[in-house]
Amino acid sequence: MLAKLMGMFLLGLIRVLTGSQARWHGCPPKAEQRIYFANHQSHADLMMIWAALPKELRSVTRAIAAKDYWTKTPFKKWLTTEVFNVIYVSRDRTSDEDPLEPLIEALGNGDSIILFPEGTRGHTGEPQAFKAGLYNLAKKCPNAVLVPAWINNVQHVLPKGEVVPVPVLCSVTFGAPLALGPDEDRGVFLKRAREAVVALRDV
Amino acid sequence: MLYFYLRDLSPNHQIGALFIFVFGFLLLANIVTFVMSIREHADDAEGDKRRKDLASMQGVIRTSWMMVLVFWVGWVTGDWVALTVFGFVSFFALREFMTLSPTRYGDHRSLVLAFFVVLPLQYWLIWAEHFNMFAVFIPVYVFLALPVASALANDPTRFLERNAKLQWGIMVCIYGISHVPALLLLKFPGYNNKSAFLVFFLVFVVQTCMVTQHLVSRKLKRAPAIPAISQSFNWPSWWIGVTAGSLLGALLAGITPWVPGTAFAFSFIACVAGSLGHLVMKALKRDRGIPSWGVNVRAVTGAGGLLDRVDGLCFAAPVFFHSAIWYFNL
Repeated sequence: MLAKLMGMFLLGLIRVLTGSQARWHGCPPKAEQRIYFANHQSHADLMMIWAALPKELRSVTRAIAAKDYWTKTPFKKWLTTEVFNVIYVSRDRTSDEDPLEPLIEALGNGDSIILFPEGTRGHTGEPQAFKAGLYNLAKKCPNAVLVPAWINNVQHVLPKGEVVPVPVLCSVTFGAPLALGPDEDRGVFLKRAREAVVALRDV
Repeated sequence: MLYFYLRDLSPNHQIGALFIFVFGFLLLANIVTFVMSIREHADDAEGDKRRKDLASMQGVIRTSWMMVLVFWVGWVTGDWVALTVFGFVSFFALREFMTLSPTRYGDHRSLVLAFFVVLPLQYWLIWAEHFNMFAVFIPVYVFLALPVASALANDPTRFLERNAKLQWGIMVCIYGISHVPALLLLKFPGYNNKSAFLVFFLVFVVQTCMVTQHLVSRKLKRAPAIPAISQSFNWPSWWIGVTAGSLLGALLAGITPWVPGTAFAFSFIACVAGSLGHLVMKALKRDRGIPSWGVNVRAVTGAGGLLDRVDGLCFAAPVFFHSAIWYFNL
Protein backbone atom coordinates (compact mmCIF):
# COMPACT_ATOMS: atom_id res chain seq x y z
CA MET A 1 0.00 0.00 0.00
CA LEU A 2 2.67 2.45 1.10
CA ALA A 3 4.87 1.26 -1.74
CA LYS A 4 2.05 1.83 -4.21
CA LEU A 5 1.49 5.36 -2.93
CA MET A 6 5.20 6.05 -3.12
CA GLY A 7 5.21 4.75 -6.70
CA MET A 8 2.34 7.04 -7.62
CA PHE A 9 3.99 9.98 -5.90
CA LEU A 10 7.29 9.44 -7.72
CA LEU A 11 5.49 9.01 -11.02
CA GLY A 12 3.64 12.30 -10.49
CA LEU A 13 6.84 14.00 -9.43
CA ILE A 14 8.80 12.86 -12.46
CA ARG A 15 5.96 13.98 -14.74
CA VAL A 16 5.83 17.46 -13.22
CA LEU A 17 9.60 17.80 -13.32
CA THR A 18 10.34 16.38 -16.75
CA GLY A 19 7.13 15.93 -18.70
CA SER A 20 8.38 12.31 -19.13
CA GLN A 21 7.85 12.14 -22.84
CA ALA A 22 8.20 8.72 -24.48
CA ARG A 23 9.09 8.59 -28.17
CA TRP A 24 8.74 5.18 -29.73
CA HIS A 25 10.91 5.68 -32.74
CA GLY A 26 12.03 2.25 -33.87
CA CYS A 27 9.49 -0.01 -32.21
CA PRO A 28 6.07 0.24 -30.56
CA PRO A 29 5.54 -0.47 -26.86
CA LYS A 30 4.75 -4.17 -26.87
CA ALA A 31 4.28 -6.91 -24.32
CA GLU A 32 7.21 -9.07 -25.34
CA GLN A 33 10.32 -9.92 -23.40
CA ARG A 34 12.75 -7.07 -23.82
CA ILE A 35 16.07 -5.83 -22.58
CA TYR A 36 16.04 -2.03 -22.65
CA PHE A 37 19.53 -0.56 -22.57
CA ALA A 38 20.19 3.15 -22.25
CA ASN A 39 22.72 5.84 -21.43
CA HIS A 40 23.15 6.52 -17.72
CA GLN A 41 23.69 9.99 -16.32
CA SER A 42 21.50 10.32 -13.29
CA HIS A 43 19.57 8.47 -10.61
CA ALA A 44 16.43 9.69 -12.30
CA ASP A 45 17.22 7.63 -15.44
CA LEU A 46 15.54 4.55 -14.08
CA MET A 47 12.43 6.52 -13.17
CA MET A 48 12.43 8.20 -16.58
CA ILE A 49 12.25 4.90 -18.46
CA TRP A 50 9.84 3.56 -15.88
CA ALA A 51 7.52 6.56 -16.31
CA ALA A 52 7.84 6.50 -20.08
CA LEU A 53 6.60 2.91 -20.33
CA PRO A 54 2.86 2.26 -20.50
CA LYS A 55 1.31 1.11 -17.22
CA GLU A 56 0.88 -2.50 -18.33
CA LEU A 57 4.56 -2.87 -19.20
CA ARG A 58 5.78 -1.06 -16.11
CA SER A 59 4.85 -3.90 -13.78
CA VAL A 60 6.76 -6.54 -15.75
CA THR A 61 9.83 -4.41 -16.48
CA ARG A 62 12.51 -4.51 -13.82
CA ALA A 63 15.64 -2.43 -13.54
CA ILE A 64 19.09 -3.47 -12.41
CA ALA A 65 20.62 -1.82 -9.36
CA ALA A 66 24.01 -2.16 -7.71
CA LYS A 67 23.60 -4.18 -4.53
CA ASP A 68 26.25 -2.39 -2.45
CA TYR A 69 24.80 1.08 -3.10
CA TRP A 70 21.07 0.43 -3.07
CA THR A 71 20.93 -1.77 0.04
CA LYS A 72 23.05 0.55 2.18
CA THR A 73 20.17 2.14 4.10
CA PRO A 74 16.77 0.63 4.95
CA PHE A 75 15.02 3.37 2.96
CA LYS A 76 17.07 2.74 -0.20
CA LYS A 77 16.43 -0.96 0.17
CA TRP A 78 12.70 -0.47 0.66
CA LEU A 79 12.53 1.89 -2.32
CA THR A 80 14.31 -0.49 -4.66
CA THR A 81 12.59 -3.69 -3.59
CA GLU A 82 9.05 -2.61 -2.74
CA VAL A 83 8.50 0.28 -5.14
CA PHE A 84 10.66 -0.52 -8.13
CA ASN A 85 11.10 -4.27 -7.68
CA VAL A 86 14.66 -4.06 -9.02
CA ILE A 87 17.11 -6.87 -9.56
CA TYR A 88 20.26 -6.52 -7.47
CA VAL A 89 23.66 -7.28 -8.90
CA SER A 90 26.84 -7.23 -6.86
CA ARG A 91 29.62 -5.11 -8.28
CA ASP A 92 32.45 -6.77 -6.36
CA ARG A 93 33.92 -9.79 -8.05
CA THR A 94 35.09 -11.57 -4.87
CA SER A 95 32.27 -14.09 -4.76
CA ASP A 96 32.61 -16.75 -7.41
CA GLU A 97 28.92 -16.67 -8.39
CA ASP A 98 28.07 -15.32 -11.82
CA PRO A 99 26.99 -11.67 -11.42
CA LEU A 100 24.47 -12.14 -14.23
CA GLU A 101 22.74 -15.01 -12.42
CA PRO A 102 19.89 -12.87 -10.97
CA LEU A 103 19.26 -11.27 -14.35
CA ILE A 104 19.00 -14.56 -16.14
CA GLU A 105 16.67 -15.77 -13.44
CA ALA A 106 14.43 -12.71 -13.91
CA LEU A 107 14.40 -13.18 -17.68
CA GLY A 108 13.55 -16.83 -17.04
CA ASN A 109 10.46 -15.64 -15.15
CA GLY A 110 9.35 -13.74 -18.22
CA ASP A 111 10.17 -10.24 -16.97
CA SER A 112 11.70 -7.54 -19.15
CA ILE A 113 14.72 -5.69 -17.79
CA ILE A 114 16.24 -2.22 -17.92
CA LEU A 115 20.01 -2.17 -18.16
CA PHE A 116 22.53 0.65 -18.09
CA PRO A 117 25.52 -0.99 -19.78
CA GLU A 118 27.92 1.82 -18.83
CA GLY A 119 27.80 0.42 -15.31
CA THR A 120 27.96 3.78 -13.60
CA ARG A 121 26.66 7.29 -14.09
CA GLY A 122 28.71 9.46 -16.41
CA HIS A 123 28.56 13.21 -16.58
CA THR A 124 30.17 14.09 -19.87
CA GLY A 125 27.12 13.81 -22.11
CA GLU A 126 28.86 11.19 -24.25
CA PRO A 127 28.22 7.65 -22.90
CA GLN A 128 31.23 5.65 -21.74
CA ALA A 129 32.20 2.31 -23.29
CA PHE A 130 29.64 -0.43 -22.65
CA LYS A 131 30.49 -3.25 -20.28
CA ALA A 132 30.30 -6.89 -21.29
CA GLY A 133 27.10 -7.63 -19.33
CA LEU A 134 24.84 -6.75 -22.23
CA TYR A 135 26.72 -9.08 -24.57
CA ASN A 136 26.69 -11.98 -22.13
CA LEU A 137 23.01 -11.52 -21.46
CA ALA A 138 22.16 -11.37 -25.17
CA LYS A 139 24.17 -14.54 -25.69
CA LYS A 140 22.47 -16.42 -22.87
CA CYS A 141 18.93 -15.22 -23.57
CA PRO A 142 18.56 -15.08 -27.35
CA ASN A 143 14.78 -14.74 -27.10
CA ALA A 144 14.81 -11.34 -25.42
CA VAL A 145 14.53 -8.39 -27.81
CA LEU A 146 17.29 -5.80 -27.34
CA VAL A 147 15.87 -2.26 -27.44
CA PRO A 148 18.24 0.73 -27.33
CA ALA A 149 17.03 3.91 -25.63
CA TRP A 150 18.38 7.42 -25.31
CA ILE A 151 17.46 9.43 -22.24
CA ASN A 152 17.68 13.10 -23.07
CA ASN A 153 18.42 15.95 -20.67
CA VAL A 154 18.04 14.06 -17.40
CA GLN A 155 21.54 14.98 -16.23
CA HIS A 156 20.22 18.53 -15.81
CA VAL A 157 17.42 17.37 -13.52
CA LEU A 158 19.63 15.73 -10.94
CA PRO A 159 23.40 15.92 -11.52
CA LYS A 160 25.62 13.51 -9.65
CA GLY A 161 25.99 14.63 -6.06
CA GLU A 162 22.91 16.87 -5.91
CA VAL A 163 19.76 16.13 -3.91
CA VAL A 164 17.15 18.65 -5.03
CA PRO A 165 15.94 18.06 -8.61
CA VAL A 166 15.09 20.94 -10.95
CA PRO A 167 12.39 20.86 -13.63
CA VAL A 168 13.68 20.38 -17.17
CA LEU A 169 11.76 18.76 -20.00
CA CYS A 170 13.18 15.33 -20.79
CA SER A 171 12.37 12.55 -23.19
CA VAL A 172 13.15 8.89 -23.71
CA THR A 173 13.62 7.75 -27.30
CA PHE A 174 13.28 4.04 -27.99
CA GLY A 175 15.04 2.81 -31.12
CA ALA A 176 14.79 -0.16 -33.47
CA PRO A 177 15.62 -3.51 -31.81
CA LEU A 178 19.12 -4.90 -32.18
CA ALA A 179 20.07 -8.55 -32.61
CA LEU A 180 23.31 -10.26 -31.71
CA GLY A 181 24.87 -11.85 -34.80
CA PRO A 182 25.45 -15.64 -34.68
CA ASP A 183 29.20 -15.34 -34.18
CA GLU A 184 29.60 -11.65 -33.57
CA ASP A 185 32.64 -10.58 -31.61
CA ARG A 186 32.04 -9.10 -28.15
CA GLY A 187 33.83 -5.82 -28.79
CA VAL A 188 32.12 -5.32 -32.14
CA PHE A 189 28.69 -5.95 -30.66
CA LEU A 190 29.20 -3.64 -27.69
CA LYS A 191 30.43 -0.88 -29.99
CA ARG A 192 27.42 -1.38 -32.26
CA ALA A 193 25.04 -1.29 -29.28
CA ARG A 194 26.60 1.92 -28.00
CA GLU A 195 26.35 3.54 -31.42
CA ALA A 196 22.68 2.52 -31.63
CA VAL A 197 22.04 4.35 -28.36
CA VAL A 198 24.02 7.45 -29.34
CA ALA A 199 22.31 7.58 -32.76
CA LEU A 200 18.96 8.11 -31.03
CA ARG A 201 20.17 11.39 -29.62
CA ASP A 202 19.59 13.21 -32.89
CA VAL A 203 16.42 11.68 -34.27
CA MET B 1 -31.90 48.65 -21.92
CA LEU B 2 -29.57 45.67 -21.50
CA TYR B 3 -26.78 48.06 -20.54
CA PHE B 4 -28.76 49.58 -17.69
CA TYR B 5 -29.86 46.16 -16.52
CA LEU B 6 -26.25 44.99 -16.37
CA ARG B 7 -25.07 48.19 -14.73
CA ASP B 8 -27.49 47.81 -11.84
CA LEU B 9 -26.42 44.24 -11.06
CA SER B 10 -24.03 43.61 -8.18
CA PRO B 11 -20.34 43.21 -9.18
CA ASN B 12 -20.56 39.46 -8.66
CA HIS B 13 -23.56 39.15 -10.94
CA GLN B 14 -21.85 41.32 -13.51
CA ILE B 15 -18.82 39.07 -13.55
CA GLY B 16 -21.09 36.03 -13.77
CA ALA B 17 -22.87 37.58 -16.74
CA LEU B 18 -19.53 38.27 -18.37
CA PHE B 19 -18.55 34.62 -18.07
CA ILE B 20 -21.87 33.48 -19.53
CA PHE B 21 -21.29 35.84 -22.44
CA VAL B 22 -17.73 34.61 -23.03
CA PHE B 23 -18.66 30.93 -22.69
CA GLY B 24 -21.47 31.47 -25.19
CA PHE B 25 -19.12 33.20 -27.59
CA LEU B 26 -16.56 30.37 -27.40
CA LEU B 27 -19.27 27.76 -27.87
CA LEU B 28 -20.43 29.63 -30.96
CA ALA B 29 -16.85 29.70 -32.28
CA ASN B 30 -16.62 25.96 -31.66
CA ILE B 31 -19.82 25.30 -33.57
CA VAL B 32 -18.76 27.50 -36.49
CA THR B 33 -15.36 25.81 -36.86
CA PHE B 34 -17.02 22.40 -36.55
CA VAL B 35 -19.46 23.19 -39.34
CA MET B 36 -16.58 24.52 -41.46
CA SER B 37 -14.58 21.36 -40.81
CA ILE B 38 -17.23 19.02 -42.26
CA ARG B 39 -17.50 20.98 -45.48
CA GLU B 40 -16.18 19.24 -48.59
CA HIS B 41 -13.64 20.96 -50.83
CA ALA B 42 -13.61 20.35 -54.57
CA ASP B 43 -9.99 21.41 -54.97
CA ASP B 44 -7.59 19.24 -52.97
CA ALA B 45 -4.81 21.80 -52.55
CA GLU B 46 -7.28 24.48 -51.55
CA GLY B 47 -8.97 22.06 -49.13
CA ASP B 48 -5.65 21.21 -47.54
CA LYS B 49 -4.83 24.86 -46.96
CA ARG B 50 -8.28 25.50 -45.51
CA ARG B 51 -7.96 22.51 -43.18
CA LYS B 52 -4.60 23.74 -41.94
CA ASP B 53 -5.97 27.22 -41.27
CA LEU B 54 -8.91 25.66 -39.48
CA ALA B 55 -6.66 23.49 -37.34
CA SER B 56 -4.66 26.51 -36.17
CA MET B 57 -7.92 28.36 -35.52
CA GLN B 58 -9.16 25.45 -33.41
CA GLY B 59 -5.88 25.59 -31.49
CA VAL B 60 -6.54 29.24 -30.66
CA ILE B 61 -10.09 28.42 -29.53
CA ARG B 62 -8.87 25.58 -27.35
CA THR B 63 -6.33 27.88 -25.68
CA SER B 64 -9.03 30.48 -25.14
CA TRP B 65 -11.24 27.84 -23.48
CA MET B 66 -8.37 26.91 -21.20
CA MET B 67 -7.70 30.53 -20.26
CA VAL B 68 -11.36 31.33 -19.63
CA LEU B 69 -11.83 28.18 -17.55
CA VAL B 70 -8.79 29.10 -15.48
CA PHE B 71 -10.22 32.56 -14.85
CA TRP B 72 -13.60 31.12 -14.06
CA VAL B 73 -12.21 28.65 -11.55
CA GLY B 74 -10.12 31.44 -10.04
CA TRP B 75 -13.14 33.68 -9.72
CA VAL B 76 -15.42 31.01 -8.24
CA THR B 77 -12.95 29.74 -5.69
CA GLY B 78 -11.12 32.85 -4.56
CA ASP B 79 -7.86 34.66 -5.10
CA TRP B 80 -5.49 32.08 -3.71
CA VAL B 81 -6.63 29.48 -6.26
CA ALA B 82 -6.03 31.95 -9.09
CA LEU B 83 -2.61 32.65 -7.63
CA THR B 84 -1.82 28.92 -7.43
CA VAL B 85 -2.96 28.35 -10.99
CA PHE B 86 -0.80 31.19 -12.29
CA GLY B 87 2.03 29.89 -10.14
CA PHE B 88 1.82 26.64 -12.07
CA VAL B 89 1.71 28.52 -15.38
CA SER B 90 4.93 30.27 -14.32
CA PHE B 91 6.44 26.95 -13.32
CA PHE B 92 5.69 25.24 -16.64
CA ALA B 93 6.67 28.28 -18.69
CA LEU B 94 10.00 28.53 -16.88
CA ARG B 95 10.51 24.78 -17.33
CA GLU B 96 10.10 25.25 -21.07
CA PHE B 97 12.38 28.27 -21.09
CA MET B 98 15.17 26.58 -19.17
CA THR B 99 14.99 23.40 -21.25
CA LEU B 100 15.95 25.31 -24.35
CA SER B 101 18.65 27.40 -22.74
CA PRO B 102 21.67 25.21 -22.16
CA THR B 103 22.53 25.12 -18.48
CA ARG B 104 25.65 23.71 -16.92
CA TYR B 105 26.29 21.69 -13.84
CA GLY B 106 27.18 24.88 -11.94
CA ASP B 107 23.72 26.34 -12.55
CA HIS B 108 21.97 23.64 -10.59
CA ARG B 109 21.77 25.50 -7.28
CA SER B 110 20.60 28.70 -8.98
CA LEU B 111 17.89 26.76 -10.79
CA VAL B 112 16.75 25.19 -7.54
CA LEU B 113 16.51 28.69 -6.07
CA ALA B 114 14.60 30.00 -9.07
CA PHE B 115 12.01 27.22 -9.13
CA PHE B 116 11.50 26.47 -5.47
CA VAL B 117 12.32 29.72 -3.67
CA VAL B 118 11.88 32.69 -5.99
CA LEU B 119 8.68 31.46 -7.64
CA PRO B 120 6.72 30.67 -4.43
CA LEU B 121 8.02 33.80 -2.72
CA GLN B 122 6.92 36.04 -5.56
CA TYR B 123 3.39 34.62 -5.45
CA TRP B 124 3.32 34.75 -1.68
CA LEU B 125 4.22 38.45 -1.81
CA ILE B 126 1.18 39.03 -4.01
CA TRP B 127 -1.07 37.00 -1.75
CA ALA B 128 0.12 38.92 1.29
CA GLU B 129 -0.36 42.15 -0.70
CA HIS B 130 3.19 43.40 -0.18
CA PHE B 131 2.99 45.27 -3.44
CA ASN B 132 6.05 47.43 -2.94
CA MET B 133 8.22 44.43 -2.21
CA PHE B 134 6.64 42.37 -4.98
CA ALA B 135 7.57 45.00 -7.57
CA VAL B 136 11.27 45.01 -6.68
CA PHE B 137 11.84 41.53 -5.27
CA ILE B 138 12.95 39.98 -8.58
CA PRO B 139 14.54 42.95 -10.38
CA VAL B 140 16.61 43.90 -7.35
CA TYR B 141 17.14 41.14 -4.81
CA VAL B 142 16.96 38.05 -7.02
CA PHE B 143 19.07 39.64 -9.72
CA LEU B 144 21.79 40.30 -7.20
CA ALA B 145 21.46 37.02 -5.29
CA LEU B 146 21.38 34.52 -8.17
CA PRO B 147 24.81 35.37 -9.61
CA VAL B 148 26.18 34.83 -6.12
CA ALA B 149 24.78 31.30 -6.10
CA SER B 150 26.27 30.75 -9.56
CA ALA B 151 29.65 32.15 -8.57
CA LEU B 152 29.77 29.89 -5.52
CA ALA B 153 29.39 26.92 -7.89
CA ASN B 154 32.95 27.62 -9.07
CA ASP B 155 32.38 27.52 -12.81
CA PRO B 156 33.41 30.62 -14.83
CA THR B 157 32.57 29.18 -18.26
CA ARG B 158 30.21 31.59 -20.08
CA PHE B 159 29.27 32.97 -16.69
CA LEU B 160 27.66 36.19 -17.90
CA GLU B 161 25.69 34.42 -20.61
CA ARG B 162 24.34 31.72 -18.32
CA ASN B 163 23.29 34.19 -15.68
CA ALA B 164 21.66 36.47 -18.20
CA LYS B 165 19.61 33.54 -19.49
CA LEU B 166 18.46 32.50 -16.07
CA GLN B 167 17.58 36.05 -15.05
CA TRP B 168 15.75 36.69 -18.27
CA GLY B 169 13.77 33.48 -17.85
CA ILE B 170 12.80 34.49 -14.32
CA MET B 171 11.88 37.98 -15.46
CA VAL B 172 9.56 36.76 -18.21
CA CYS B 173 8.12 33.59 -16.71
CA ILE B 174 7.80 34.52 -13.05
CA TYR B 175 7.81 38.31 -12.82
CA GLY B 176 5.76 38.89 -15.97
CA ILE B 177 3.12 36.22 -15.46
CA SER B 178 2.70 36.95 -11.76
CA HIS B 179 1.44 40.43 -12.62
CA VAL B 180 -1.70 38.99 -14.18
CA PRO B 181 -3.16 37.57 -10.93
CA ALA B 182 -1.68 40.54 -9.03
CA LEU B 183 -4.33 42.68 -10.76
CA LEU B 184 -6.96 40.70 -8.86
CA LEU B 185 -5.70 42.04 -5.55
CA LEU B 186 -5.39 45.68 -6.54
CA LYS B 187 -7.94 47.92 -4.82
CA PHE B 188 -8.98 50.87 -7.00
CA PRO B 189 -11.06 53.68 -5.55
CA GLY B 190 -14.74 53.15 -6.44
CA TYR B 191 -14.06 49.82 -8.13
CA ASN B 192 -14.69 47.27 -5.42
CA ASN B 193 -14.47 43.54 -6.04
CA LYS B 194 -14.40 44.00 -9.75
CA SER B 195 -10.69 43.43 -10.36
CA ALA B 196 -11.51 40.17 -12.15
CA PHE B 197 -12.83 42.41 -14.93
CA LEU B 198 -9.46 44.06 -15.22
CA VAL B 199 -7.71 40.71 -15.72
CA PHE B 200 -10.25 39.79 -18.35
CA PHE B 201 -9.83 43.23 -19.94
CA LEU B 202 -6.06 42.90 -20.15
CA VAL B 203 -6.06 39.36 -21.55
CA PHE B 204 -8.86 40.01 -24.02
CA VAL B 205 -7.38 43.25 -25.33
CA VAL B 206 -3.86 41.86 -25.75
CA GLN B 207 -5.07 38.62 -27.37
CA THR B 208 -7.27 40.58 -29.78
CA CYS B 209 -4.34 42.77 -30.75
CA MET B 210 -2.12 39.74 -31.44
CA VAL B 211 -4.75 37.76 -33.34
CA THR B 212 -5.69 40.78 -35.47
CA GLN B 213 -2.06 41.47 -36.23
CA HIS B 214 -1.54 37.82 -37.20
CA LEU B 215 -4.58 37.70 -39.49
CA VAL B 216 -3.89 41.08 -41.11
CA SER B 217 -0.26 40.25 -41.85
CA ARG B 218 -1.49 37.13 -43.65
CA LYS B 219 -3.91 39.10 -45.78
CA LEU B 220 -1.62 42.07 -46.47
CA LYS B 221 1.39 40.03 -47.56
CA ARG B 222 3.82 42.92 -47.05
CA ALA B 223 7.58 42.36 -46.99
CA PRO B 224 8.63 41.51 -43.42
CA ALA B 225 10.20 44.45 -41.57
CA ILE B 226 12.73 42.33 -39.68
CA PRO B 227 13.00 39.12 -41.73
CA ALA B 228 15.86 37.66 -39.69
CA ILE B 229 13.61 37.49 -36.65
CA SER B 230 10.05 37.28 -37.92
CA GLN B 231 8.71 36.38 -41.35
CA SER B 232 5.31 37.86 -40.61
CA PHE B 233 6.04 41.10 -38.77
CA ASN B 234 5.46 44.34 -40.64
CA TRP B 235 4.59 47.81 -39.40
CA PRO B 236 1.20 48.32 -41.13
CA SER B 237 -0.28 45.15 -39.67
CA TRP B 238 1.29 45.93 -36.31
CA TRP B 239 -0.44 49.32 -36.30
CA ILE B 240 -3.75 47.75 -37.31
CA GLY B 241 -3.44 45.14 -34.56
CA VAL B 242 -2.58 47.67 -31.87
CA THR B 243 -5.35 49.99 -33.01
CA ALA B 244 -7.91 47.16 -33.03
CA GLY B 245 -6.87 46.12 -29.50
CA SER B 246 -7.00 49.69 -28.21
CA LEU B 247 -10.40 50.38 -29.81
CA LEU B 248 -11.76 47.22 -28.23
CA GLY B 249 -10.34 48.47 -24.93
CA ALA B 250 -12.21 51.76 -25.35
CA LEU B 251 -15.41 49.83 -26.09
CA LEU B 252 -14.94 47.78 -22.94
CA ALA B 253 -14.43 50.91 -20.80
CA GLY B 254 -17.66 50.05 -18.96
CA ILE B 255 -16.01 47.14 -17.16
CA THR B 256 -12.88 49.12 -16.20
CA PRO B 257 -12.48 51.94 -13.67
CA TRP B 258 -11.78 54.30 -16.58
CA VAL B 259 -13.60 56.47 -19.11
CA PRO B 260 -13.25 55.31 -22.76
CA GLY B 261 -10.36 57.68 -23.51
CA THR B 262 -8.26 56.46 -20.60
CA ALA B 263 -9.21 52.85 -21.30
CA PHE B 264 -7.99 53.41 -24.86
CA ALA B 265 -4.66 54.72 -23.57
CA PHE B 266 -4.20 51.82 -21.18
CA SER B 267 -5.10 49.26 -23.85
CA PHE B 268 -2.67 50.96 -26.19
CA ILE B 269 0.14 50.62 -23.65
CA ALA B 270 -0.72 46.95 -23.03
CA CYS B 271 -0.96 46.16 -26.76
CA VAL B 272 2.35 47.82 -27.61
CA ALA B 273 4.11 46.04 -24.74
CA GLY B 274 2.47 42.70 -25.56
CA SER B 275 3.08 42.66 -29.31
CA LEU B 276 6.65 43.92 -29.05
CA GLY B 277 7.31 41.48 -26.19
CA HIS B 278 6.13 38.70 -28.47
CA LEU B 279 8.73 39.91 -30.94
CA VAL B 280 11.45 39.79 -28.28
CA MET B 281 10.52 36.19 -27.48
CA LYS B 282 10.69 35.42 -31.19
CA ALA B 283 14.21 36.79 -31.29
CA LEU B 284 15.10 34.52 -28.37
CA LYS B 285 13.68 31.53 -30.20
CA ARG B 286 15.65 32.40 -33.34
CA ASP B 287 18.76 32.58 -31.21
CA ARG B 288 18.09 29.01 -30.06
CA GLY B 289 17.34 27.99 -33.66
CA ILE B 290 13.76 26.89 -33.10
CA PRO B 291 10.54 28.13 -34.71
CA SER B 292 8.46 28.00 -31.53
CA TRP B 293 8.58 26.80 -27.95
CA GLY B 294 6.18 24.02 -28.97
CA VAL B 295 5.58 22.40 -32.37
CA ASN B 296 8.96 21.21 -33.68
CA VAL B 297 10.78 21.03 -30.39
CA ARG B 298 7.98 18.93 -29.01
CA ALA B 299 9.72 15.97 -30.60
CA VAL B 300 12.83 16.67 -28.57
CA THR B 301 11.60 18.09 -25.31
CA GLY B 302 7.92 17.29 -25.04
CA ALA B 303 7.30 21.02 -24.72
CA GLY B 304 3.69 21.95 -25.14
CA GLY B 305 4.40 25.45 -26.35
CA LEU B 306 2.82 27.14 -23.32
CA LEU B 307 5.28 30.00 -23.58
CA ASP B 308 4.16 30.68 -27.16
CA ARG B 309 0.68 31.38 -25.87
CA VAL B 310 1.51 33.58 -22.93
CA ASP B 311 4.64 35.47 -24.03
CA GLY B 312 2.72 38.62 -25.03
CA LEU B 313 1.01 38.71 -21.65
CA CYS B 314 4.36 38.32 -19.87
CA PHE B 315 5.37 41.73 -21.19
CA ALA B 316 1.98 43.43 -21.19
CA ALA B 317 1.00 42.55 -17.61
CA PRO B 318 3.82 44.28 -15.69
CA VAL B 319 3.59 47.44 -17.81
CA PHE B 320 -0.18 47.53 -17.49
CA PHE B 321 -0.04 46.86 -13.75
CA HIS B 322 2.51 49.51 -12.95
CA SER B 323 0.97 52.17 -15.16
CA ALA B 324 -2.38 51.53 -13.42
CA ILE B 325 -0.70 51.91 -10.03
CA TRP B 326 0.97 55.09 -11.18
CA TYR B 327 -2.26 56.48 -12.62
CA PHE B 328 -4.25 55.92 -9.42
CA ASN B 329 -1.35 56.87 -7.21
CA LEU B 330 -1.81 53.66 -5.20
